Amino acid sequence: MGILRGKLLPPVLAILFSALLCGVALVVSGANPLRAFGVMVSQVGEGTTAVDIVNSTGTYYIAALAVAIGFQMNLFNIGVEGQYRVAAVVAAVVGGSIALPPGVHTLVVILVAAVVGALWAAIPAVLKVTRGVNEVISTIMMNGLALGLAAYLIRSDVFGELRGNNIRTPEIPASGWMPGIPLGSSGTVFGFVFVAALLGIGYWVMMNRTRFGFELRASGESSTAATAGGVSAKKMVLIAMLLSGGIAGLVSMPEILGRDHTYSLNFPAGIGFSGIAIALLGRNHPGGIAFGALLWAFLDKSALALDNVGVPREIVTIMQGAIVLSVVVAYEVVRRFELAAQQRQVGKELGTVGAA
Amino acid sequence: MSTSLMNPSEAPSTVPPPRRARRFPGWLVGVLGVAGAVVLISTTSYLTDVPQLTSTGTVQTAVRLALPILLAGLGGLWAERAGVVNIGLEGMMIMGTWGAAWAGYQWGPWAALVSAAVFGALGGLLHAIATVTFGVNHIVSGVAINLLGAGLAKYLSTLIFFPLSHNPRESPAVPKFDTYSTPLLSDWLGDLESQQRVGLSDVAGILRGLVTGVSPLTMVAVLLVIGTYLVLWRTRFGLRLRSCGENPVAAESLGVNVYRYKYLAVLASGALAGIGGAALVLNPGQPGYLEGQTNGRGFIGLAAMIFGNWRPGGLLGGAALFGYADGLQLRSGGKTFLALVYGAVLLLGAIVVWQLVRRRWFAAAGGIVAAVVLYAVYYSVDEVPSELTTYAPHLVTLVVLAAASQRLRMPAADGLVYRRG
Repeated sequence: MGILRGKLLPPVLAILFSALLCGVALVVSGANPLRAFGVMVSQVGEGTTAVDIVNSTGTYYIAALAVAIGFQMNLFNIGVEGQYRVAAVVAAVVGGSIALPPGVHTLVVILVAAVVGALWAAIPAVLKVTRGVNEVISTIMMNGLALGLAAYLIRSDVFGELRGNNIRTPEIPASGWMPGIPLGSSGTVFGFVFVAALLGIGYWVMMNRTRFGFELRASGESSTAATAGGVSAKKMVLIAMLLSGGIAGLVSMPEILGRDHTYSLNFPAGIGFSGIAIALLGRNHPGGIAFGALLWAFLDKSALALDNVGVPREIVTIMQGAIVLSVVVAYEVVRRFELAAQQRQVGKELGTVGAA
Repeated sequence: MSTSLMNPSEAPSTVPPPRRARRFPGWLVGVLGVAGAVVLISTTSYLTDVPQLTSTGTVQTAVRLALPILLAGLGGLWAERAGVVNIGLEGMMIMGTWGAAWAGYQWGPWAALVSAAVFGALGGLLHAIATVTFGVNHIVSGVAINLLGAGLAKYLSTLIFFPLSHNPRESPAVPKFDTYSTPLLSDWLGDLESQQRVGLSDVAGILRGLVTGVSPLTMVAVLLVIGTYLVLWRTRFGLRLRSCGENPVAAESLGVNVYRYKYLAVLASGALAGIGGAALVLNPGQPGYLEGQTNGRGFIGLAAMIFGNWRPGGLLGGAALFGYADGLQLRSGGKTFLALVYGAVLLLGAIVVWQLVRRRWFAAAGGIVAAVVLYAVYYSVDEVPSELTTYAPHLVTLVVLAAASQRLRMPAADGLVYRRG
């Protein structure tokens, strides 16, 4: 009961509250919220939407895992956004310009993406441990630089090529693709979605069954206690940031290996920030994050149907923002409530409640 | 940062630390800084033969582009001085752009300013409720507000602007402010500028850029900077507000209502960020609201504030620098921008000499290496790609943070959740 109340109630309340808020917004703007919700649900059965949701869940899941590793030790990697972007460009360029046997080629692309993501994250990590620069500010700046670098690298006179109206990197040959599961007319599930699930399992094992995970969580719970216990804070920051960046580098892989085979100008933006929101919603737990990623993907992909009933689909962005804000508030309120309940109980058992 | 880890039960020493007298008053540092910057830019302009560096047009564009950054940074300053980190500036700014366009196309530019401030303050109110009342982590709340602000602006613009402009990403045209010039002074400075005399013409060009085509918005922004300084550093209210950012427990014990001051500060912060958004919409180069118009300027404002060491004067310098780099790129392209790299080499040279005089060999060596690298860039590249120049502020901020993070001093309780009782 305690677990249910403390862990499940806040997100449920937050989602209901946000849905209510958006419902009110829809009523005010003259639309029928029930009908809007209805078309969103029925959209799941249409065309490739269901598969799109699964694929997008994989992408969001990886991004949220990357953020969650930092969160475990109170490290704010706001820079997932930049890390996956730089990793995507470099991996696409490398993948498109080498020839290797199938399988190895794919592995090399994945490896390059992870290493580049980790290197991009290494800059704020090193600045933090050597110069004491706050990682929030430095990763935000790195996000801007990543945008610029990505735009520069795909210029047609650097590594990119002009195709129609779009600038993109050279296409990765078929040996570097990752096969998916074709489901006929309803689309193809990206193979990398399963890698994402494996990453989630790996994350759980690392956090709960390894010494490193324990040290990471200890640093997050109380950095002074961890230091007293012989955990080097600087080392933990460095490793956590590199790991986070490495996983962030993989965010683009489902789409690049499974469908696009190239990085182009209209590569999706904002996945890193969604990852932050999802990690918060899922409380850094691999299961919770999976649920959050699924919710985000559902909202994103089903929103396409809203245009048919005359509702701007951006309402789901508002809903996502409202969910994050209300879920963190709800967690905090429940935490305070439980703290007070605990204090009352202790007071009762000690028989001092009347005096207090 | 480390001060936050200090044991609160440690007995506070009653003996005040020996007061180190500041060698120069603040205004003198400012004047010297401005003079140094002008000398640096005109020297660069002379040596690289790029007169656009100090042309009237460049300075005018720079002022226009610096305004949103300045106002966002001012918003950040208010919040952080009261101890609330405001990453949500970007979201509040986006809400400001929408609010400005919505009121602006109907009732004119002054209404746009007011409406932008109100919309920005709404975002600030949300941030205050989450961080002050509910004690949510400041960064988390800020990220959420950025998501929410962007979503809200998109939703509202599809809903309200689409029927008018037939484009869900754009508002109808918003009327701009009339601009004012000082005719006699402008003409005289124009004459002086066209004579192309070393130094003198540069100063004339810069001054002419500052006094020609001045928008009321610029005056509002300047007044807001001065007002912020006076309110925060010269009034009782300001002292109390800053005490909430330094040591809220002590402030509360002296009878300051910390929650109320934090609320006021974050509301003001949102309003200022909103006005920063209005500065984008009311920029003569823009038709009105455009999706993605802020393009991370809220974050650059935050960077400018950090660059300025959480002080209004320094913030002004940071915003001027970032706006100038932006304006130069926009007016005359990557080739002229390269001259700035040359200017940076000169600046580094001066710093190295200074470090040598002070016998700091290590810092001097670092400066020499950096200068050589930059000069190599200047020598080997024809122009800086426009994709990269846009993000020059980000790079400068990173470098400043890396080089001077020990000298920057943020409010002691900045970013910490405070709970009464």
